[in-house]
Amino acid sequence: MGRRILVTGLGTFWGSRLAQALEARDDVDLIVGVDARTPRLPLTRTEFVKADPSYAILQRVVRATHVDTVLHTHLQADSTRSSPRRLHETNVIGTMNLLAAAAAPESQVRRVVVKTATLVYGSHFDDPYFFREDSRRAHVPATPVERSLVEVDSLLRDFADDNPDIVTTRLRFANILGDDVSTLFSRLLRMRAAPEILGFDPRLQFVHEDDVTRALEFAVTHELPGTYNVAGPGTITWSETCDTVGKRRVALPPVFTRPAAIPLRMLRVTDLAPETLALLRYGRGVDTAKLLAAGFEYRYSTREAVEAFAEARRLERVVGTPEPYVYEHEVEEFFRHSPAVIRDESSS
Amino acid sequence: MPTGDTAPEPTVRSVEEPVPDVDAWGRSESFRALTRRLYDPIYRYWLRAEWEGLEHVPLDGGALLVANHGGAIPSDAPVIMHGVETELLRPVYGLAENLFRQLPVVGTLWSRAGGVPAHPDNAYRLLHDDRQLVLVFPEGTKGTGKLVKERYRLRRFGRGGFVEIAMRAGVPVVPIAVIGNEEAMPILWKSERVAKLLGLPYFPITANQFVYGPVLGYVAPLPAKFRVRVLPPVRFDVEPGRERYNRGMVMDESERIRALIQHEVDDMLRARHSIWRG
Repeated sequence: MGRRILVTGLGTFWGSRLAQALEARDDVDLIVGVDARTPRLPLTRTEFVKADPSYAILQRVVRATHVDTVLHTHLQADSTRSSPRRLHETNVIGTMNLLAAAAAPESQVRRVVVKTATLVYGSHFDDPYFFREDSRRAHVPATPVERSLVEVDSLLRDFADDNPDIVTTRLRFANILGDDVSTLFSRLLRMRAAPEILGFDPRLQFVHEDDVTRALEFAVTHELPGTYNVAGPGTITWSETCDTVGKRRVALPPVFTRPAAIPLRMLRVTDLAPETLALLRYGRGVDTAKLLAAGFEYRYSTREAVEAFAEARRLERVVGTPEPYVYEHEVEEFFRHSPAVIRDESSS
Repeated sequence: MPTGDTAPEPTVRSVEEPVPDVDAWGRSESFRALTRRLYDPIYRYWLRAEWEGLEHVPLDGGALLVANHGGAIPSDAPVIMHGVETELLRPVYGLAENLFRQLPVVGTLWSRAGGVPAHPDNAYRLLHDDRQLVLVFPEGTKGTGKLVKERYRLRRFGRGGFVEIAMRAGVPVVPIAVIGNEEAMPILWKSERVAKLLGLPYFPITANQFVYGPVLGYVAPLPAKFRVRVLPPVRFDVEPGRERYNRGMVMDESERIRALIQHEVDDMLRARHSIWRG
């Protein structure tokens, strides 16, 4: 019998991308996607369930579909996209509901994979240059998004302790870049000028969007209990990143940086979250040995991820961005369930 | 759409682009080459650094170089890094206070020149994973903050953290005794109160300020003759890779290395006829 997988955040880029990747696998029987928003990419056999943002419906879905794996791609690590209240609702309450559903007595769930961010380590002057999975955060998280992700971390730790029969995997991703996805850094590098803090040129790590999908798929198909950092091998400085992408830089003063960033945000020159400012000052690196030892292979190093992004940007400047996909519920339902459609087993 | 673990498709990348040379530790070889070129006259003709026992520094593999520290803005770190890099053609990473990392411009230049914050994880990774030479001054700011009358009396070697890191990484400690550093920028007087106000470990008035003026007197060293003596590597007979080592053993080894360097410093001072001519 094949795998039955539930994907949260189907309305996010990652949820849709993962569902696409899973649809191509023969060993996956069923993919159920849950989100408040509609899927972002065209899907052929994924069943979409519209849910409330904090996933109160999840317990019913898990019970009804007998899924064995829950893939939680819905954690929000980008605070420029939603309010602190929304972040808490999505990240903390959403995860609580998800874990409650997975641990319910009638649940068949044996594997939980969560996509989270290296943001949980913070970025501080006395941090080590490379965080290991067991490195402890030396400072209390200062921003709402970090607080919510750190809280999710402890929820997951408790869940893994309470449910030894469920393999719980946490993948902590470095900043993501890619052709299609819109992330904090891809937006910074798309704006008119990239911000920098005068006198600082931090070391950063990036992971390419394809490696993100592949790492999540790897976690679904391999048994990986615990926490794993995911970042393209190597590091790159922020100035090299901007030079590679061909981006002008605008310098912020090293003191009173946050107030100085306000006019830039208002003029839409750039969009800066407080946690981004910390990163542009001290940077962050993570140790990726653990996932490599588990057998994962990266296709893009940190530098190659930046180069691939630069290439995609050059193409984009010539041909523009493609039309976004619009999900039509009736159409999708028709192709999936109408007796009028002749479904060929070999196609997928 | 990539699925499964198929081989990566070949991608065409431009090859003629210059490879940026900032490594994972923030060190830039081209920046180091530039600073070496600028520092060489100071090293050669001003401080006239002379080495003994350089053959004790390993030519490959990780090793922890441990030296005594002195002078308000110490010249011992650049002298040792410069000497090893020019003679052995191996990079040296210098561990130092986190303080540097917080300073704009200075922090970045310091990092490009091979400075790394003295975090145990950084030291371990450099020594064990990257098999590099790492220079550390276990006295820290207690060594450099000494008054001129306390010169060459080595301070406590921290809590022996450097010994524990070397044990865990399975690398030798190479003790180095330096003289000249204390006289290159002696501290005549220091103010606790101003230091506290500015958040600095110490706030010195240096002899250099009477020679070069108030600002340059914090930067430019006096022409004290530098002598550097490298001692045979100290290896520890313990199993590497352990999370923790016996506290007492670590403290004993740390104290033994401190005494070794102190003994050698005293020996070199006995042979010295003049501060300036050596």
